[in-house]
Amino acid sequence: MSDYLSEGYVAALIVALGVVTYFTRAGGYLVLSRFKHLHPRLEAALEAVPAAVITTIVVPPALSAGPAEMLAIVAAGVAAFRLSGITVVVLGLIVLVSARAAGL
Amino acid sequence: MTISEFESGTASSRREVLHGVRDAVPLYLAASPFGVVFGAAAVAAGYSISDAVFASASVFGGASQFVFIQVNGLGVPAWSVILAVFAVNFRHILYSAATGRRIAHFSILQKIAAFFLLTDLQFAACEVRAGARGDRPITAAYYFGLGLPLYACWIFATFAGAYFGGFIKHPEQFGLDFILPIYFLAILMGFRKRRNFLPVALVSAGVSFIVYQTLGAPWHISIGALAGVAAAALMPVRRHFSEVAQDE
Repeated sequence: MSDYLSEGYVAALIVALGVVTYFTRAGGYLVLSRFKHLHPRLEAALEAVPAAVITTIVVPPALSAGPAEMLAIVAAGVAAFRLSGITVVVLGLIVLVSARAAGL
Repeated sequence: MTISEFESGTASSRREVLHGVRDAVPLYLAASPFGVVFGAAAVAAGYSISDAVFASASVFGGASQFVFIQVNGLGVPAWSVILAVFAVNFRHILYSAATGRRIAHFSILQKIAAFFLLTDLQFAACEVRAGARGDRPITAAYYFGLGLPLYACWIFATFAGAYFGGFIKHPEQFGLDFILPIYFLAILMGFRKRRNFLPVALVSAGVSFIVYQTLGAPWHISIGALAGVAAAALMPVRRHFSEVAQDE
């Protein structure tokens, strides 16, 4: 078993992740509520953080994957204009499994 | 703070609890599939059922738990996993500032518990409850009636997914090995109407891909994301924080 999956390490990591998550949920109230106005550029930057991070998690693996995975990503991306959440995920999986079965 | 404590209260607080539970019904339907998928994906990635359930109990955040599996699966140092989760959770700082004003009348202990439950769904439901003018008070009975069953539901869904996912011997047959990029794409597309979405996504995508090919993981996440955030900060700006919070 790899080190990053060993039991004590994973448990400690999960605790740390719980702590940082709690910090973000309480922190906005504790810190930002003391200011009446944030600088608009800071607001824009804060607002962009989730989309920026998630993009970096999606794009490199998608561009480095095979044709079946690419097809699934494109299908899910198009579907996401009309559908939402779990429907997009299920549709993407169906396309992926079909494309793999077709030998792509 | 438990449901039974509320039920010993007045009739009006019992009604508030029931309103919270009622308003959470569609949220169970929205969250459970992701809890099941998280449990199954965690087990497919090599984690135990108890790790998967512990993650849901400790973090209680869909996207951040998927980030945890995906990024930790790269075998990178703990700090970069923690940083990635922190960054994905950054939006909660905005929720916290907005919802914090609505629950300012809670006791200290109620606030401590309330912030733990402040998920995207909890934030959105409280904004709806506050009404069009945003002046309907959010009671503790309502807040916990909404949030506590949702938390229990999330943990149970994770367990179910992890338990039944363990019977799947070849995850790739069902595409489970590639479910995370698809899941994150769906989440990402949900942000497409936010201001600066396109420049942020394009800059993050380009920079992260280049860094992935050159420096390698985990730098593509932090450097790519920083580049996207910098792009947002450099775009022309108009609106104020309070308006942004109301949009969310």
